[in-house]
Amino acid sequence: MDLLIQDVPTLVFVVVAVPAVLAIYIVGTEYLVRLLPDKQRPRVRPWFWVGPALVFVTAFLVLPALGTVVTSFQDHDGNFIGLLNYQRQLGDFPTGGAWIAIRNNVYWLILYTLFVLFFGLILAVLFDRVRYESIVKSFIFMPMAISSVALAVIWGFMYSYQPADAPQTGTLNFIVVNVFHQAPKTWLSDPTVNNFALIAAAIWGITGFAMVILSAALKGIPGELLEAARVDGAGELTIFRRVIFPLMMPTVVVVGTTLVIFALKAFDVVYVMTAGNFQTDVLANRMYKLLYQSDNPGGASAVAIILLIAVVPVLIFNLRQFRAVEARR
Amino acid sequence: MRLIRFTRIPVIAAVAALVAGACAPGASNPNPTGAVHGGSVSVIGVWSGGELDSFNAVIAPFTQQTGITVNFEASRDQDAILTTRVAAGNPPDLAAAPSPTLLTRFANQRKLVPLDNIVDMNKMKQDYAKTWIDQGTVNGHLVQIFSWASIKGFIWYNPKVWTAKGYTPPKTWGDLINLQTKMKSNGDTPWCVTVNSGAATGWPGSDIQKEIALGQVGPAVYDKWWQGKQKWTSPEIKGAWQSFGQLLGANDANVYGGANYIVNTDFGKVGDPMFQNPPKCMMLNQASFITSFFPKSAVAGQDYDYFTMPSQNSANEGDRVGAADAWSMFHDTPQARALLNYLLTPEAQEVWVKRGGKIAVNNKVPVNDYPDSVSQKIAKDLVNNTKVLKYDAGDLMPSDMKNAYWQAIVAFIQDQSKLDSILANLDKVQSSAYTS
Repeated sequence: MDLLIQDVPTLVFVVVAVPAVLAIYIVGTEYLVRLLPDKQRPRVRPWFWVGPALVFVTAFLVLPALGTVVTSFQDHDGNFIGLLNYQRQLGDFPTGGAWIAIRNNVYWLILYTLFVLFFGLILAVLFDRVRYESIVKSFIFMPMAISSVALAVIWGFMYSYQPADAPQTGTLNFIVVNVFHQAPKTWLSDPTVNNFALIAAAIWGITGFAMVILSAALKGIPGELLEAARVDGAGELTIFRRVIFPLMMPTVVVVGTTLVIFALKAFDVVYVMTAGNFQTDVLANRMYKLLYQSDNPGGASAVAIILLIAVVPVLIFNLRQFRAVEARR
Repeated sequence: MRLIRFTRIPVIAAVAALVAGACAPGASNPNPTGAVHGGSVSVIGVWSGGELDSFNAVIAPFTQQTGITVNFEASRDQDAILTTRVAAGNPPDLAAAPSPTLLTRFANQRKLVPLDNIVDMNKMKQDYAKTWIDQGTVNGHLVQIFSWASIKGFIWYNPKVWTAKGYTPPKTWGDLINLQTKMKSNGDTPWCVTVNSGAATGWPGSDIQKEIALGQVGPAVYDKWWQGKQKWTSPEIKGAWQSFGQLLGANDANVYGGANYIVNTDFGKVGDPMFQNPPKCMMLNQASFITSFFPKSAVAGQDYDYFTMPSQNSANEGDRVGAADAWSMFHDTPQARALLNYLLTPEAQEVWVKRGGKIAVNNKVPVNDYPDSVSQKIAKDLVNNTKVLKYDAGDLMPSDMKNAYWQAIVAFIQDQSKLDSILANLDKVQSSAYTS
């Protein structure tokens, strides 16, 4: 109760002052626009409307990004050192610098994106045909409600390793030992499997998201089209291949590009489960380690810029696709 | 539990030989909590769970006396939180770090408040061994104070099992190696080692390696090594890695579970196999704090005891590696001053000492404050048998070097045959880590 009373000024400010400022801004700029001759008004007015957004984007996105670029050319004390930070990250191919992290990001990019799309699509199409659809979909969607850190901790338990002579506490090794009678595997420290183990955990967490969006797109396909195809004698597989899938394509692409960006910025699962040890490092985790553990802002910024450059083509593709979908409407 | 009575001798929580010779007596003893009343002080630390309960117990009488609330924020990822908040100009009033690496970095950036005029230096010189004051001094100013320490180089074993099997604590390195061989021929696994610790994975193994290094090459080379003036590939440092490998055995065969178990298992669980019946390993090397991670049912002195790691060079016998909780001040407020001065007092430090798992740095904390025979033995060991106390070399190295060191330990445990390339890589990191 005390807290509530203390916070009353804040509440008043948020509820009253913020809308008031917005209203004053709108009325005020409109007043200024009205002062101009009729012809000029349509040209000036949009700038007043996008103005605040531009200011915020500049202050919180553009300037920090430029700052990162500048930092990536500096050493710890802010002296200009040219491309040395990039050279350190990109030198010593294939195991030095950031190369292990880059390789793993490529694994993430391909496996994570494809499997999530594949599972999402299959689940959306199959569940569309059963009566208990909403219940099953809620279950598949449920991992989305778990924070990635909790997800990683849970999967960390599932992958946990005990020596062969001790009782296995991890789900997977329990199965390996008791069902398949094999020696327990070190899922998280064996470089031949650990990246896939991490990616599998992340796939489990995000499949529900892809399924829900793809399912919505599926529901948007008019029934008449499918009926017409059936009348023409098309089998269900042909209908999926020739009618449903092409119509869902724009959504698949949007979900796919979103997943690509998720894959490139993968961090939490890796950080919690292996902290990037045992050759599971990814760029985002490397950036974090360089900045906070190694006190190397230049190197961290260089990694950030490498990551940014990797994301840009995807972003452009995503925007184009988005525009193409808009244009079709 | 058997309680051994000791006379109330002062415990010097560091090197007896290094204690400041001249103490200036006669300084007035100000009320340690100062004159302030009320308000609050913000602290960032790493303690959680049982350790946080102990810290809260330390703070309780302080809050009761002064009315000052301590807002404690805990994170194992302290480097990230502190770096961000300091860079943003929003640091806490005080920080308690498990190693001085980060705080020393802030001291060099002049982000810390010098404590020379904030703590009572005369009192501190009486109560603290000189080594702790030197350790907290950066660029001529005291910027860190230490509250509780842990001493490394302790090898823990189960006395009941050892008596039954006829093993006795070794006195020399050769005895230790012979004991290993004897255990193996009896079908026992000599060691338990676990090094997983999230982003800090590798440090428990690095402790063993640096204890060996100190005992093998002595304090002078040890100092040159953490200062970056001694190559990792030099015979002295490489020798310590090889000795570490000698303990692990070929393919880590001397360690329970082998490399897979070592790198996958959390450091806190290191003792679990040793306390199983029958025990899965005979001994483990970890600092004094590890007793708080042992099973609750294990009784000090009966189920576990320790001997100190023998040095390979008898000239270095009694040289120990240690680490301590370091405190620094970012904001000079009356409340922060009061808390810092309180933490320096034996009254504050003995609260945690009595709860177990910590050794007081203030030498006025009496031996019989320690809760059991083993922790009393540690406290006495420090006074009587510790010749040189060296701070953890890894914690004194720049962060880049320290992280590479930890990762090298993991790589070495996974494949000892790669030692030369591992050390060459460390040399490479060394050449750039010390320049910035």
